[in-house]
Amino acid sequence: MSLEVAFTARAGRFELDCTFSAGDDEIVAVLGPNGAGKTTLLRAVAGLVPVESGTIALDGVVLDEPATGTFVVPEARPVGYVFQEYLLFPHLNARENVAFGLRSRGMRAHDARAVADTWLQRVGLADRAKAKPRELSGGQAQRVALARALAMDPRLLLLDEPLAALDAGARAEVRRELRRHLTSFDGVRLVVTHDPLDALALATRLIVLEDGHVAQDGSIDEVTARPRSRYVADLVGVNLFRGVASGTRVDVAGGEHLVVADPGQGAVFAMVHPNAVALYRRAPEGSPRNVWHGPVQGIDLLGDRVRVRIGGRLPLVAEVTPGAVRDLELDEGVEVWASVKATEVVVYAA
Amino acid sequence: MIGTAAGRARRTRGRVPVAAIVPAIVAVGFFAVPLVGLLQRAAWSHLWDDLSSPAAGDALRLSLECSLWATALSIGFGVPLAWVLARLEFPGRPFVRALTLLPLVLPPVVGGVALLLAFSRDSLIGGWLHDWFGVQLTFSKAGTVLAETFVAMPFFVITVEAALRSTDRRYEEAAATLGANRWTVFRRVTLPMVLPSIAAGAALSWARALGEFGATITFAGNIQGRTQTTPLAVYVLLQSNLDGAIALSLVMLAVSLVVLTLLRDRWLGNV
Repeated sequence: MSLEVAFTARAGRFELDCTFSAGDDEIVAVLGPNGAGKTTLLRAVAGLVPVESGTIALDGVVLDEPATGTFVVPEARPVGYVFQEYLLFPHLNARENVAFGLRSRGMRAHDARAVADTWLQRVGLADRAKAKPRELSGGQAQRVALARALAMDPRLLLLDEPLAALDAGARAEVRRELRRHLTSFDGVRLVVTHDPLDALALATRLIVLEDGHVAQDGSIDEVTARPRSRYVADLVGVNLFRGVASGTRVDVAGGEHLVVADPGQGAVFAMVHPNAVALYRRAPEGSPRNVWHGPVQGIDLLGDRVRVRIGGRLPLVAEVTPGAVRDLELDEGVEVWASVKATEVVVYAA
Repeated sequence: MIGTAAGRARRTRGRVPVAAIVPAIVAVGFFAVPLVGLLQRAAWSHLWDDLSSPAAGDALRLSLECSLWATALSIGFGVPLAWVLARLEFPGRPFVRALTLLPLVLPPVVGGVALLLAFSRDSLIGGWLHDWFGVQLTFSKAGTVLAETFVAMPFFVITVEAALRSTDRRYEEAAATLGANRWTVFRRVTLPMVLPSIAAGAALSWARALGEFGATITFAGNIQGRTQTTPLAVYVLLQSNLDGAIALSLVMLAVSLVVLTLLRDRWLGNV
């Protein structure tokens, strides 16, 4: 089973241009900042937004293709959709919510309720069958919404921010539960989230969506090891520069350059881990290295590490120990020198 | 903190200007005095006899029957109309909406004249109805229902359309992803979600139909047992039998109070 998408869709003035394919052997997280087009992607796949051009196909069956005039209506797509705020029908109890899809398909009320009860049991809510949505906690509502989608026996499962509506306390447990159901689901799974932690916990593959485009696509290790955008770099917490390599010199924006160990040519990304940035109060001496200087713009404590944001011509983040902050008398506005060894700069093609 | 806030609230209450209080009291009195007059003047001892007179009995029965028909028609046609106005994009929609809501502001007697010109036996549609189906609307019970529906249905449509507009469309999308076609979505999601507004709209339009006077007397006439509804009977009895007019008025007042109570969650702030 597989989902193939290559389309452009429009929601107001926003345009989404999206190409990828996903199989049933992976759990795909679609990660991106707010307004990146994540929900529009799910809506297009579910048929709630027709695509403007391109194709959406599931298991080789075309669901939407303007060029051939193909459009399968949402109610005819084998797609289970768990909405961001769950959207349980407020006038129906949990059992009737789960039975809704089966009854829409023509199953008799009595049989549909029996299947619904089985699903409620599977998500651990057998005793809440008669509860109205307003009587359910956030975590329970999430599980009913999941049961409602799964009861349709879809071949594709779409989850839009499944944990965003939950408070921190319920989140960890619901995430664990969700992971279990996702793993046992036999079909393509697409989870939209803006929370990298959810993506790491739930998915095996990451598609990063930014400004309506796929910015990065790969396994979680690949994406975090080689960020290809400022957004991913910030998520992972590294310094990322886009530049042009000629030999061991990489020219970046602002007229600055980095010296790197591995020679290359053309457009590249240069990544520097913050703990590879050394800080000094005076210009450092010695072998030719990457040295910049600028004012400290911010200091954040992160566990037992301190992240220091440095301005100047090449803004950088350095990670140092609390002891170093004290010794160097670092504070906002203080001028510092930052150096990075050529061997600490990771370079890869852009 | 709480003490300070309460103190401030007390001071604010103390400062409410006389300029607002006095006209407000006058206005309340303006509404209350006629009611008190009605209740005080009522001949309670033979109220039942007044209501059992043939004219009063006919009027009450006819009013009940015609107003329920008018309400049923308002629901039957009003729900689809409200849905079309709320959900379909089509050119001239504001015009269509204005047209359907016109009877809200139109003097009912003008509505009656318009109905007369459209549906009397001399008119195009009325003549056609009479020649082909033998149906005569003027001076008939059907005409009374038509006149009442004309003035009552807009209340229903405006209430239900507002409810349809304010429902969260995403529930309908959720239903679609669960395999529900448009009709199932409407029946099992949209309709139940606006049901309270349908009930409120029905109560409103029923009360309006019950009180209808101008359009009915102009279009359907004033024939006892056929088109003389309670308001018309009150008007006629006023000349000959004041106690009878007051008795019928009390019934209308009681019905109005019941409707208002039914709608209390909407209008009385759930008190």
